[in-house]
Amino acid sequence: MAEIRIKNVAKNFGSYQALHDINLTIADQEFMVLLGASGCGKSTLLRIIAGLETATTGEVWISGRRVDHLSPKDRGISMVFQNYAVFPHLTVFENIGFGLRMQKLPDDEVKRRVERTAGLMHIEQLLKRYSGELSGGQRQRVAVARALAMEPDVILMDEPLSNLDALLRMEMRAELKGVLAESRTTAIYVTHDQVEAMSMADRISVMHQGKIVQAASPIEVYRDPAAEFVASFIGNPPMNFLPAEAAGSGRWTVAGQSFEGPANGKDLKWAIRPEDLRIADQGFGARAKVVEPLGAHLLVTCDVEGHQFRAVLDSELSVKPGDVLTLAPQEGRGRWFDPETTLSVA
Amino acid sequence: MEARLLPYFLILPVTLFLCLFFLYPFALVAQQAFGTENGFSLDNFREVVTYWKFPISMKNTFLLAAAVVPIQLALSLLMATMVTKMQKGRDLVLYIWTIPLGISDLAAGIIWLAIFEQSGFLNSMMVGLGVTEQPMSLLSYQTPWVVFLAIMLAEIWRATAIMLVILVAGIGLIPKEYYEAADVFGASRWKQFTRITLPLLRPSLQTALVLRVILAFEVFAVVAALGGTIFPVLMGEIYAYQFDLQNGGAAAALAIIVLIISIVFTLIIIRALRVPKGATI
Repeated sequence: MAEIRIKNVAKNFGSYQALHDINLTIADQEFMVLLGASGCGKSTLLRIIAGLETATTGEVWISGRRVDHLSPKDRGISMVFQNYAVFPHLTVFENIGFGLRMQKLPDDEVKRRVERTAGLMHIEQLLKRYSGELSGGQRQRVAVARALAMEPDVILMDEPLSNLDALLRMEMRAELKGVLAESRTTAIYVTHDQVEAMSMADRISVMHQGKIVQAASPIEVYRDPAAEFVASFIGNPPMNFLPAEAAGSGRWTVAGQSFEGPANGKDLKWAIRPEDLRIADQGFGARAKVVEPLGAHLLVTCDVEGHQFRAVLDSELSVKPGDVLTLAPQEGRGRWFDPETTLSVA
Repeated sequence: MEARLLPYFLILPVTLFLCLFFLYPFALVAQQAFGTENGFSLDNFREVVTYWKFPISMKNTFLLAAAVVPIQLALSLLMATMVTKMQKGRDLVLYIWTIPLGISDLAAGIIWLAIFEQSGFLNSMMVGLGVTEQPMSLLSYQTPWVVFLAIMLAEIWRATAIMLVILVAGIGLIPKEYYEAADVFGASRWKQFTRITLPLLRPSLQTALVLRVILAFEVFAVVAALGGTIFPVLMGEIYAYQFDLQNGGAAAALAIIVLIISIVFTLIIIRALRVPKGATI
C-alpha cells in the first residue's frame, strides 16, 4: 500500500514563495499528474516528495510513514528525470542495474531484473551500449527501465517526455501508461502538456502559482473546471467566456440569449467549450474573423458582441471570414464562474 | 578567401610560433645529442648512462615523483570537491589556494629553505618551545630523509594548485542531475564520488596528471635550493653537464632521455584514463 499524503507543504526560495500550503492525497497505485505552466511549482512539489528538495514547512507521508526527514534512497521511490540523467560512463545494463548494485543485490538477481525491465521497455538489444550511442527516445527508455528495475512503491516522473519529438511522445505516452499500470506502482507525473495529462492520468492536479487549483479525474477537470484558470488552461482551444447579466429568478442573459443558471444575485461569467457549439437556427450571432481548417474539424474564431469566441465545427462546412454564423450551445454544457473569486458556481 | 582554407590560415600563426620556438630548438638539441664530428652516434647517451650519478639521479627523480604525485592527486581531488560544495566565498578560497602557482619554483625553494635551514623558522620555533636545546642541521647529508621530506613538502605546496584548477573546472562540467539520480538510486556520498565523479572526471584527470607528471620529471629549482648536491635529480644533472662540465652533447642526450620518459608516462596515463567511445558527458 503506497499511499502518498502531502500535508500543508509550503516552500520558499528566499522571499519567493514557490508553494503555498499544498494538501494532496494520492491513492495506492494511482496515476497522478501534476499539470501546470512552467514556474507553477509542480516540479518543486515532485522534488520535495523525492527528497531532492526540502519543504519549508509541512509533511510528506509515503505508505503511512513520515518521510520528509529521510534521504531519497530511504523513501521507497524511484525517479525518471527530465534530461534522463542516464550515466554516460556506464553501459545501458549498468545504468538499469545501478540502483540494484547500490543495494548490493547478487549478480544473478541484478541480471534477471535488468533483463526483465529492459524487455518491458524493448531495449534488450542495447544493453551493451553507452548512452552517447543512443537516441533521445532510447535514453528515455533506459531512464524508465532504471526506475522500474528498483521495483519501487512509488515512481516519480519529471516531464519525462518533454525532450522527445511529437510522434515519439505519443507512442511513449501509451507505452508508459501500459507499463506503469502493469507494474502496479503509485505514479506521480509532472507535465505541462495537457494532452499527456488527459490521456495518462487517473487524476490530474492542476497547479497555478504554487497552489493546487483542482484535483480531479481528467474528464471532470475538462467538463467541470473548478476555476477560470482551469477552464482556460485545459482544452485546446480553451473555453469561451461571455459576461452574463442576471435577469431574475435564476434566468440569465448572455449575449442576447436567455439561459437558466444559478440563483445568484451578482453578475457571472458564462463559459462554453468551442467543441460544444453547433450551427443552429437560433443562437449567438457570431461574425467569423479567422477560419482554420484543421482536417478533422474547422476552427473558427468569431466575434460575439466584442468578445473573442471560438467554435470547433464540422470540417465540411464552408465558412469564410466575415460570414455571420448562428451558434447554439449543446444542452447542459454551459458553465458559470464568479468573476470576483474566479471560481465555478453551480 | 575560400572557406575550406580559412581554418588553416587561422592556425598558421600558432604553427609558425611552435615551429620557431619549439620544433627548431628541439631539432638542434636532437642534433647535438646524436651528432659528433664523426656523424650520427650514440656516444653521448653511452656517456651519460654510464656515469655513476645517472642511476642515483634517475632513482631520486622517480622516487620524488612517486611520493609527490599521488599525494597531490588525492589532495587536489579533496580540495576540488570542497570548493565545489561551497556556497559562498568559493572564488576567494580558490584564489588563495592557487597563490603558490604565481611564485617561481626557485622562490618556493628558498621559502622552504628559510623554514628548514639551521637558523630557519623551524629550528627557532623548536628551540623557543624547548623541544631542542640547539638548532639542528636538518638539511645535511647525514639526514637525507629530512631533505627528501622538505623537497616533498615544498613540491606539494607549490604544485598542487595546478591540478586543483583543472579538476575544479572538470567537476563543474558534471551535470547536477547525475548526482540527484545517484541520490535517488541509493548511492552514498562516497559511492557518488567513486562511481560518478571519478569516472566522469577522467578527461580532466588525464590532463592534470599528464601535466603534473611531466613537471615532476622536470623538478629542478626546489631541489637545488633545498637539497643542493645531496639529492641529485635528472634536471640538475642536465644543468651540471651544460654549465659546469661544458658538455652540451651529454646535456642534450640526457634531455632527450627525460623527454622519452615523459612521453612514455603521458601515453600510459592517456591509455589508463581513456574514455570509451560514446561514454562522454
